[in-house]
Amino acid sequence: MVTLQVNGKTMEVDVSPDTPLLWVIRENLEMTGTKFGCGIAQCGACTVHLDGSPVRSCSLPVSVAQGRSVTTIEGLADGDTLHPVQQAWIDHQVPQCGYCQSGQIMSAAALLARNANPSDAEIDGAMSGNICRCGMYSRIKDAIKTAASGVQVFEPAQEVQNG
Amino acid sequence: MTVLEKISRRDFLKATGVSSSGLLIGAALPTTLRADVLQRPSGDALNLFVSLREDGTVEIIAHRSEMGTGIRTSLPQVVADEMEADWDRVTVIQGLASADYGSQNTDGSRSVRNFYTVMRQMGAAARSMLESSAAQRWDVPVSECRASNHRVVHSDGRSIGFGELATSAAEQPLPALDSLPLKSAADFRYIGKDVPSVDLADMTTGATTYGVDVALPGMLYASIERRPVMGTSIESFSADAAKKVRGVVAVEVIKGTDPNGFKPIEGVAVIADKTWSAIKGRQALAATWTDSAHNSHSADVYLDELMDAVSSKPGVVARERGDVDAALAAGKRVSASYRTPYLAHASMEPPMATAYVTEQGCEVWACTQTPQATQQTVAEVLGLAPEKVTVNVTLLGGGFGRKSKPDFSAEAALLSRAVGKPVQVVWTREDDIRHDYFHSCCAQHYEASIDESGAVTGWLARQATPPIDTTWDASADLMSDGSLSQTFGSIPFAIPNLRLEGHRAPAHARIGWLRSVYNIPFGFGVGSFVDELAHAADKDPAAFWIELIGEDRLLDFAPEGFEFSNYGKPLSEYPYDTARFKGVIRELTETIPWGESLPAGQGWGIAAARSFLSYVAVACKVSVEGDQLKVLEMHSVIDAGLVVNPDRVHAQMEGAMIFGLSLALMGEITFEGGEPQQSNFHDYPVARINQVPRVIRNTITASDAPPAGVGEPGVPPVAPAIANAVFAATGKRHRTLPLNKAYRV
Repeated sequence: MVTLQVNGKTMEVDVSPDTPLLWVIRENLEMTGTKFGCGIAQCGACTVHLDGSPVRSCSLPVSVAQGRSVTTIEGLADGDTLHPVQQAWIDHQVPQCGYCQSGQIMSAAALLARNANPSDAEIDGAMSGNICRCGMYSRIKDAIKTAASGVQVFEPAQEVQNG
Repeated sequence: MTVLEKISRRDFLKATGVSSSGLLIGAALPTTLRADVLQRPSGDALNLFVSLREDGTVEIIAHRSEMGTGIRTSLPQVVADEMEADWDRVTVIQGLASADYGSQNTDGSRSVRNFYTVMRQMGAAARSMLESSAAQRWDVPVSECRASNHRVVHSDGRSIGFGELATSAAEQPLPALDSLPLKSAADFRYIGKDVPSVDLADMTTGATTYGVDVALPGMLYASIERRPVMGTSIESFSADAAKKVRGVVAVEVIKGTDPNGFKPIEGVAVIADKTWSAIKGRQALAATWTDSAHNSHSADVYLDELMDAVSSKPGVVARERGDVDAALAAGKRVSASYRTPYLAHASMEPPMATAYVTEQGCEVWACTQTPQATQQTVAEVLGLAPEKVTVNVTLLGGGFGRKSKPDFSAEAALLSRAVGKPVQVVWTREDDIRHDYFHSCCAQHYEASIDESGAVTGWLARQATPPIDTTWDASADLMSDGSLSQTFGSIPFAIPNLRLEGHRAPAHARIGWLRSVYNIPFGFGVGSFVDELAHAADKDPAAFWIELIGEDRLLDFAPEGFEFSNYGKPLSEYPYDTARFKGVIRELTETIPWGESLPAGQGWGIAAARSFLSYVAVACKVSVEGDQLKVLEMHSVIDAGLVVNPDRVHAQMEGAMIFGLSLALMGEITFEGGEPQQSNFHDYPVARINQVPRVIRNTITASDAPPAGVGEPGVPPVAPAIANAVFAATGKRHRTLPLNKAYRV
């Protein structure tokens, strides 16, 4: 049994400890917003927050997340209020196919949480692990700049649930 | 002519899978895309649908796959506009796979251009019936009633909502199409406007469903070890070792065929309760494979052979005019050879399909560009009638042509039948790269003659390209006129003497369509060689393109023995118009500081192409410092005729330029021993945010010509524009892609 804190809820899963966190989130916890893209931490589609830092869940054994706080794309908004990064993504019509966008948004949200006003170079540095094959990088940069002014940090409510 | 019909609730449900009432209209589209049948009505094959419910909800059935082009938005946008529906009350429903829809293939950049008029007529018919119904209710002449934003308004000011009219409007006769007024462009509410994608909000919260997100009760997951080399078969494997892995429930063999067409590649599938268990079980298989005639295939050696052939030997003539040999003997001769590699698609979502085979038939959920080919292929491998196979199209995490092939859905169907449960086949990234339908490698050679005035008098071109036709016919080894219609054979230049030839090139890998297809290598060859000729003639490259294209005229290739396919459209409807080709080049040079003086190590390059009936010119500005190449700016101009959703067109062009940048700078699949040598993004890199220019701009040429393609045409001019810019910056000409062979990128 591995115990995880996911989006503020405590969840227990019965999986082998080497299982990548990605598959636990998607198949055991049935939250499919986090995507599989490469399996070797090269594309960023699987990005989630571990204790607030962006990590590639496809290459992170679930045992590493034991007892730590995981935030997925499903837990980023505050109820019905979108995270400023999500809102900026809508305002700039960033997605084409949309598949990489959960990971892009999680990386961008983590960037803005520690750097409220990133430069182009800092955006490049933080976002170069996230591939967008549709090539919407220019819009991603614009959206991050728009979101930069409006980011607020909040903690999801604590709630206990077995998964 | 088009056929529109009112339809019953029952027929609507049968055709769309959606239960509705109120006003229901279906339209018939031709069931094939062949131009010569476009005008023929087939009264009982309705295949586009709109419904108006009594609560005012408008449902529009989108029958095309969404992979990022915005088509699930653009087509309904057209219906809603003519109908005067309020976009906020329109629901877009994904259509099931059905032969009744006509072709549902989402490829060839043709969705908008094939359905634009019918969609407008459908919306206009609904609007007209709503107006008639309101006139009847108020007992006033219909000329005094006008639909406006989901209501019908009388000239005295009273109005009534669409929902209240739904039932009575359904009783109105369908208006005759020839007297049906369509809105004038000035009155468009949505057409030509940036309506956001209907899937946008869900994409930002992770709430959308792609192929990999399908989950059915009791579903199992499969990971498949496939043969490493084309033509090999399974020799041995250890099912027992795989079954020792926790969660593995079955090991099944999938037999292959050669050529495998749309069917699965031979492989061994490990089926488990979870994806990770299936992947681990597969790693334990230790499969071995038989020998194959292709197991000595080396891409480098093969391309050497093809390059040698095209540069030294005459080939099969595809198009000819004048006497090119005499011209080449008389003028100043310029020659160059170009080499482009195999490419993989690498859509962000690898191929993913779920199938459930029961006694009743088979249901499939897949990220497919071709639901009907999926239905056909699944039916074929299962030995079922096609109507026993239902195909649900999920969102696609990119497609680029790979997901036109239904092999992965057929795998899921075979495995579900074997275990009697729903099965999801998960392609890993390694599966996706190593078992792609690869974009073909290509060798090209060009020779031209220039007279004393700098005019080009002769053009000889040869190519050798393993053709896509090998998907179905292993013996195919020569490019058809249809394939050569993509840039190589359809060059628009006013050169008095030319000859275009092809060499035989058998395939040693699965070959397939990749976004803009053969226009990629041929766009690079032609786009580079024109630039070389401009420099040889000591002329400005942009002016030289325009000079080479020559007078305004509509091209006809038939007198030169070339069967130009024109992307399946008649030249009468979509002419090859040299004025539009020159127009995008001129417009581009006006939007950028073309001709500006730049610091040492920087340069601008330009190239242009007509593909998928659109005309595109691209300019890139690069810098070369030491061995570091950077693309600083990318600009494009597209003349795609009438544009339904400008923002989605800009997005497609931005994306196409980045796609072109990826392949120009880094795209290469090599083969050794018959096996692809790349497997994931670490050795098959695609553009990242730190590699793309901050300035990337697209301009849409104002045009009321019929709508043309926008998903693909932005790609072909990019690689030559970058290589031409590198020449301008350094004086060094690069004729081999990708450019990371010569530079850090």
